[in-house]
Amino acid sequence: MTLSFAFSRRFLLTGAVALTAVGTALPIFAQDVQKGGTLVMASLQKPRHLNAAVQSGLATAVPAAQIFATLLRYGADFEPQPYLAESWEFSDDNTVLTLKLHSGATFHDGQPITATDVIWSLDVAKQNHPFSSMLEPVEAFGAPDPQTVVIRMKQPHPAILLVLSSALTPVLPKHVFDDGQDIKSNPKNNLPIGSGPFKVTAFEPGQHIILERYDGFFLEGKPYLDRIIIRQYQDANSGVLALESGEAQIFPLLDSTRLIRRLEKSGTMTVTDQGYAGIGPVNWLAFNTKNSALSDLRVRQAMAYAIDRNFVTKALHSGLSKPAIEPVVQDSIFFAPDVESYDFDLDKAKALLAEAGYGEGGNTLQLRIDYIPDIEEQQRAVAEYIKAALAKAGVEVTVRASPDFPTWAQRISSYDFDMTMDQVFNWGDPVIGVNRTYLCSNIREGIIWSNTQQYCNETVDRLLNQAGVEPDLAKRKDLYAQAFRQITADIPIHFINQVPYHTVYSQAVQNPPVSIWGAMGPMDEVWLKQ
Amino acid sequence: MYQRITKQLLYAVSLILAVLVLNFLLIQLAPGDPAEVIAGEMGGANAEVMAAIRAQYGLDKPLLTQLGLYLGHALQGDLGTSYFYNRPVVELILSRLGPTLLLVATALGFALIVGTRLGMLASRNPRGIASALVTVLSLIGYSAPVFWTGLMLVILFGATIPLFPIAGMIDVVKQGGPLVRALDIAHHLVLPALTLGLVYLAQYSRLTRASMLEVLGADYIRTARAKGVSERQVFNRHAFRNALLPVVTVAGMQFGAIISGAVLVETVFSWPGLGTLAFQSILARDYPTVLGILFFSTLIVIIANLLTDFVSRLLDPRLAGGR
Repeated sequence: MTLSFAFSRRFLLTGAVALTAVGTALPIFAQDVQKGGTLVMASLQKPRHLNAAVQSGLATAVPAAQIFATLLRYGADFEPQPYLAESWEFSDDNTVLTLKLHSGATFHDGQPITATDVIWSLDVAKQNHPFSSMLEPVEAFGAPDPQTVVIRMKQPHPAILLVLSSALTPVLPKHVFDDGQDIKSNPKNNLPIGSGPFKVTAFEPGQHIILERYDGFFLEGKPYLDRIIIRQYQDANSGVLALESGEAQIFPLLDSTRLIRRLEKSGTMTVTDQGYAGIGPVNWLAFNTKNSALSDLRVRQAMAYAIDRNFVTKALHSGLSKPAIEPVVQDSIFFAPDVESYDFDLDKAKALLAEAGYGEGGNTLQLRIDYIPDIEEQQRAVAEYIKAALAKAGVEVTVRASPDFPTWAQRISSYDFDMTMDQVFNWGDPVIGVNRTYLCSNIREGIIWSNTQQYCNETVDRLLNQAGVEPDLAKRKDLYAQAFRQITADIPIHFINQVPYHTVYSQAVQNPPVSIWGAMGPMDEVWLKQ
Repeated sequence: MYQRITKQLLYAVSLILAVLVLNFLLIQLAPGDPAEVIAGEMGGANAEVMAAIRAQYGLDKPLLTQLGLYLGHALQGDLGTSYFYNRPVVELILSRLGPTLLLVATALGFALIVGTRLGMLASRNPRGIASALVTVLSLIGYSAPVFWTGLMLVILFGATIPLFPIAGMIDVVKQGGPLVRALDIAHHLVLPALTLGLVYLAQYSRLTRASMLEVLGADYIRTARAKGVSERQVFNRHAFRNALLPVVTVAGMQFGAIISGAVLVETVFSWPGLGTLAFQSILARDYPTVLGILFFSTLIVIIANLLTDFVSRLLDPRLAGGR
């Protein structure tokens, strides 16, 4: 099993976009699989509860993907694969999706998983999941027979396949959860009966989650592991210490480049940046476009030209983060390379500022920058750098710290900011994670990660909405490319870098979770070499 | 006697009430509310979800109504439901109370026993090497911040000489009977208890040394020596017992401070106690949990003070008869 190690090392060294195959190519080594063992995962996320149908976010998604099966799953590319649904097809007009379920699948209490459970779960997600755009176009769910699920949509909704995958729409047992209680506060969310490869036996908030192999899992012979323990650590340092001491074997979602480099050098761990194409995490500088100075396009452009992305990715992030130039990450299938990227050009920045009446001869531009607290390298360090970089262009920037996340969220969502560093996830499809930042209709005071820039361009709205209902992938890509070109031209946000999330694991871990959803995907194929 | 108990109980109840009301109002001053935290946790949310969260926890009601409702429930023993973890606060706190009490009691016990012994040792020859050593050590122990000591111990025993586990209270991977479990917990307890105990050990050794020196100069010690009591007896029975009084008083008074010190130590060592929970709950704007923890720690401090009173009377019968 040195192959996957060599692959991921090479990937890191060359930065090439190869290595889509780690997850999918492994059945070749199926004869090598050793069953059993306990995998301890170090985690910094603290989930509220484990029901991902009503609670989005990384913290719940990682355990929920083990506890609950979904209709579809994804490998390392954006191609859907069968999971609880063995096959699926769209109607000719792309508005009806029919899925056939795996036969003999059971919940952890032994009850069969039927189409009724599936459509009930989807309906729960439609009504309660915070990402309401996921299932908004759905008109009706149908279960003509226990093995068939029918999803009827108002219009084509190409994102639906991704929506039906890991981390977003788990299949819940209706007979357990449909008990008349509000599902969002149902106590059963703490230790839910699930449908996936592992059943949860303990959940101590802030401490650990214990997941035990479910012997009746519908995929023959899987999962390979006996047990997964998700241990929560206070900070990345103690998580890494746990890896080094052998207390934990895998640590996903690590973004401290200092620690990643240290583990890489130690040579006893494998480090990969695969498994984050679905999350699509972007670190960016957002402008309050209603600020009197920043409402001027030239000023926003000047800011962008004055910031050197290379300094951020190479010096601040030890060369481990990739530059971001548009709303989606480079691994997204909708990535469009031909957008205005505002490469570093200090003279251009000064000229634009002078044109707008600032700098020599004019007023000194004074601005404030906020950042999300407790995210050192990605947020605070970049904000400090921006202060220094903009000073060279004659802009006086003060960095305002927030003591904790709710303070920052309140400031930004009530528009009490000039510009702020921010971190927003793509969540696999622009309909889920991109539109919300740019649509005029999503300027909603009090909601963090809505369109807090208060940016509004009807052309962008039209393009994003059209792309959302375009079933033809090539046309859809083109519409997004047009939208991204317009957004980068209007520059409500200056994209800085992709968050360098890495997964670190010991040599014993085989088939590490490197699908587009990474650790937010089922880990039924992970095994430990003894 | 009964009158005194009633008076103390009355004090206790009004103290708890004041703590609850004051903290309820204080925490409202922090910007942001639980709905924002939950939305952050979820990677974003829409207006309907935010409104639903606020309605679910009654955050849309006027502040005084919220306070009234909270106090009403609290007086009936219902501390509410955690906004963040969606579990009854009492259940959440009780699951964390044990670890905190274990940590604090071990640290305090260690500090008291070792600290007073060291203090005695130092007082035997106030100008000797042992005394100087104890003074220097206690000065370092006293002035080093708890989190720094903790981090240094983590680096030393977690990375350089991996003798003790550096995080958590149990090894969840390890299976075994109650004895294995108890040993496992004791193993995990060493570093956090040492970190928390060192500060107080320093104080108690200094206090004991000073107090011993004072007592040893008293007339009754000279009398004891004159009537031929052995030096050992003089030290252990006559002097130490009296010298212990200020130490016990200080230790009792410090119980509250130790609990707040535990917040730092628990955070450094991921010890699953009230401190970690308090820290996380404040960040999550989980008002009921924060208030519940404050309620419980007020209760603990009150009980500790009563106990101090009791122990002081045991040590010095003069106190019992006086009032």
